[in-house]
Amino acid sequence: MLANEVKEQLIAIVTKANFDDSKTERLVYSYDATPNFQSMPDAVISPRNTTEVTEILKVCNQHQVPIVPRGSGTNLCAGTCPTEGGIVLLFKQMNRILEIDEENLTVTVQPGVITLDMINAVEKRGLFYPPDPSSMKISTIGGNINENSGGLRGLKYGVTRDYVMALEVVLPNGDVIRTGGKLAKDVAGYDLTRLFVGSEGTLGVITEATLKLIPMPETKKTMLALYQDLNAAAKSVSAIIANKIIPTTLEFLDQPTLKVVEEFSQIGLPTNVQAVLLIEQDGPPEVVERDLIRMAEICKQEQAVSIQIAASEAEAEALRTARRAALSAIARLKPTTILEDATVPRSEIAKMVQAINEIAEKYQLEICTFGHAGDGNLHPTCATDARNHEEMERVEQAFAEIFAKAIDLGGTITGEHGVGAMKAPYLEWKLKAEGIAAMKAIKLAFDPQNIMNPGKVFAKDSKKRVVITR
Amino acid sequence: MTTIKEQEKIQEQFKERMDEDELLNCMRCGFCLPTCPTYIESGFKESQSPRGRIALMKAVVDGLIEPDAEFERSLELCLGCRACEPVCPSGVNYGHLLEDARDIINQNKQHSLPARVVRKTVFQGLFPHPNRMRGAVGLLGFYQRSGIQTLARKIGFLGLLPDSLATMEKILPKVPTMKEMKNRPDYLPAIAEKVHRVAFFSGCLMDTMFLKTNDATMKLLQLAGCEVVIPESQVCCGALHGHSGEKQTAKELAKKNIIAFEELDVDFIITNAGGCGAFLVDYDHLLQDDPEWKGRAKTFAEKVKDISEVLVAVDFHKKVKMELPPQVITYQDSCHLRNVMKTAAAPRVLLQAIAGVKYKEMVDADRCCGSAGIYNIVESEMSMVMLDYKMKQAKETHATTIVTANPGCLLQMQLGIEREGLSSKIRGVHIVDLLAQAVKQD
Repeated sequence: MLANEVKEQLIAIVTKANFDDSKTERLVYSYDATPNFQSMPDAVISPRNTTEVTEILKVCNQHQVPIVPRGSGTNLCAGTCPTEGGIVLLFKQMNRILEIDEENLTVTVQPGVITLDMINAVEKRGLFYPPDPSSMKISTIGGNINENSGGLRGLKYGVTRDYVMALEVVLPNGDVIRTGGKLAKDVAGYDLTRLFVGSEGTLGVITEATLKLIPMPETKKTMLALYQDLNAAAKSVSAIIANKIIPTTLEFLDQPTLKVVEEFSQIGLPTNVQAVLLIEQDGPPEVVERDLIRMAEICKQEQAVSIQIAASEAEAEALRTARRAALSAIARLKPTTILEDATVPRSEIAKMVQAINEIAEKYQLEICTFGHAGDGNLHPTCATDARNHEEMERVEQAFAEIFAKAIDLGGTITGEHGVGAMKAPYLEWKLKAEGIAAMKAIKLAFDPQNIMNPGKVFAKDSKKRVVITR
Repeated sequence: MTTIKEQEKIQEQFKERMDEDELLNCMRCGFCLPTCPTYIESGFKESQSPRGRIALMKAVVDGLIEPDAEFERSLELCLGCRACEPVCPSGVNYGHLLEDARDIINQNKQHSLPARVVRKTVFQGLFPHPNRMRGAVGLLGFYQRSGIQTLARKIGFLGLLPDSLATMEKILPKVPTMKEMKNRPDYLPAIAEKVHRVAFFSGCLMDTMFLKTNDATMKLLQLAGCEVVIPESQVCCGALHGHSGEKQTAKELAKKNIIAFEELDVDFIITNAGGCGAFLVDYDHLLQDDPEWKGRAKTFAEKVKDISEVLVAVDFHKKVKMELPPQVITYQDSCHLRNVMKTAAAPRVLLQAIAGVKYKEMVDADRCCGSAGIYNIVESEMSMVMLDYKMKQAKETHATTIVTANPGCLLQMQLGIEREGLSSKIRGVHIVDLLAQAVKQD
């Protein structure tokens, strides 16, 4: 519960219409897309501009009220679940595209802009914003920046981080800082822009962002490579990269995933094969054509049983849409879907796929695997039921083992979903105690009162690293 | 207002009756949000989204919140358009959850006296009885023909009604006479070579206020090579009841209809109203807890098809020449036809087969127009926001004919046209009426 004094001060800033502490409103902001995390905030507040954000932060800092900035709540690490109560900060009224600068190839937006709306707006001018998280129809740019979201086009074009040029950030003490600029080169001091990208709302509130755009690629082609052997599909991924081809998209889907996705999308996905690679290349027509032929050859050498090329853009878009639905479609199997985001160097992808299957077998779990294979970023997803506590324990053990394996292969516990509250207990496995200490020092410098999204990234207790017998 | 005691009862029933698996099936990915009209028009309020509403229902089941006024409000404001269902990768049956929740709330709360009277009259007294439906619509006909309408308009009596209702009064179709409504066929032979034997579900509003549309529907079926049976013992589909928390009456109506149709030996049961059709195809769910009826309901439901699906399936548009004077036409999806019956392509195929007209798709044709059963009357304000958006998109197409496939949508389109002051330039029309006109000109 907020103290009356705090409530009154907050209402004075945003007006009554933009403050809500009814039970219904608090309940619907008590969760995000992460299973098994739910916690009620004390109030929900929708500022209209940077000044209001500043005033809100000052009040919260003074009274040590937690603040959780939230876009559309589609993140998968419990990054916006108000685990320690406090205030959920919404950006639905700060959702304007402020400028598209065709001379500098940038777009400047408020944090509440829906990713796809912005992509559509810049594409109308022949410009291209590559990061395309699967939730882009509803995710916000502010959320993308805070989580450093990836997407299907990450292999060739990188992730959100690679497109953020400048930020306006309100710090917990109320200071407003501007980082970076519309600059190709800028080494004036620490790169705070990069620090804030992926900071999960733990350092400050992003109130404006300038993003890099690139010219639209001329053409695009899409194909599916079908396999009867998981390993062969995974090996094709490394072989394509080793042959010095960087496709736009190189996605992996195993048979259980294909089946549920086809059940939802009904576009005729092959469900009688063990795995599929969804491969896409863009660029000048002759390059796209050449790369596609070469990648098809490589896949065949690696035992692909057939190659299907999308006949039209509509067909290609249907394939991409189907892929983006993969995670949610797995919920058709069982009510709870626990997904992970382990990432390994591309060369290790075959080993990781194999390890996931062995771990699934060891713990007797139904694990579907799909993901951005070209990035080494897989999403092993366990279809389970949160009400089955015994099985949930096995799920946790299995995922701990997957994390451990990923780290052993030179990888990380999360490639693009973030740490949040969900993976915080495992962060130390990747960073070591010294790494955590360095990050905590940064956090403390910006947010000494620990009001910014507390309970995220840093865990109260770290998990003990499991020892793998193999 | 629900009292604390009523809230406790509602909460208890939520725990007992709500389908927990279905609630858990929502994994909260948020893919439904961009398709939800109330989420968009409320300025992105999560409590006005499918994900939010499911979370609220689950929270009542889990005891995290009480079913208070705000909770009820969130569910009331839902259009029930079910646009969230086709986009849900997990396949959550949101419509079923909503129906159950509304049923529990309505059965356990004491409505205000006027609301009780209206609900009882409409749900129990009127719609289940074809005779009384004809009587009520007949009264409207008397109002229109007797000069009372002219008088009421002259003395400004209608000024006493809310804006949308007053406009509604103007756009109601000229209703048929009692004699016309009573004198209905029960069998019509195929006119072309017979390909199917079908039954026609005539519907209560369709067979009274929109009787001409029903006639056109049967004519098209005959021309398409269908022998048409129209069982006299059929009753209202029960959609209105099901959506308004009167599930028990809906079940009784469903059983009557199953009996009326099951011995007819037909290939399909045809409807021309998306709202009815969507409820009919769901009969097996409605009666799922009734072992005696479940199987029979399934057999019934599997036969239900919208007229446009059947016309396309028998290549009507290729075999029968259709032509109209030059005009731009656009199509507004009936939400339930599209999202529940999954019929979206067929009406467009038929419309594009009409020679002489230019078909122009409107932006967001699949977004609800705000009609939504009786939503435009009970939630007039939100409904008009939806309608204004719809009319904006319709105007962008420069269409002079807006086609729909459900009586509620049709009335709403006509209401929108009237509100925009465009009644001399644009018309709203049911798809079968347009197709029938196009055929006639041959």
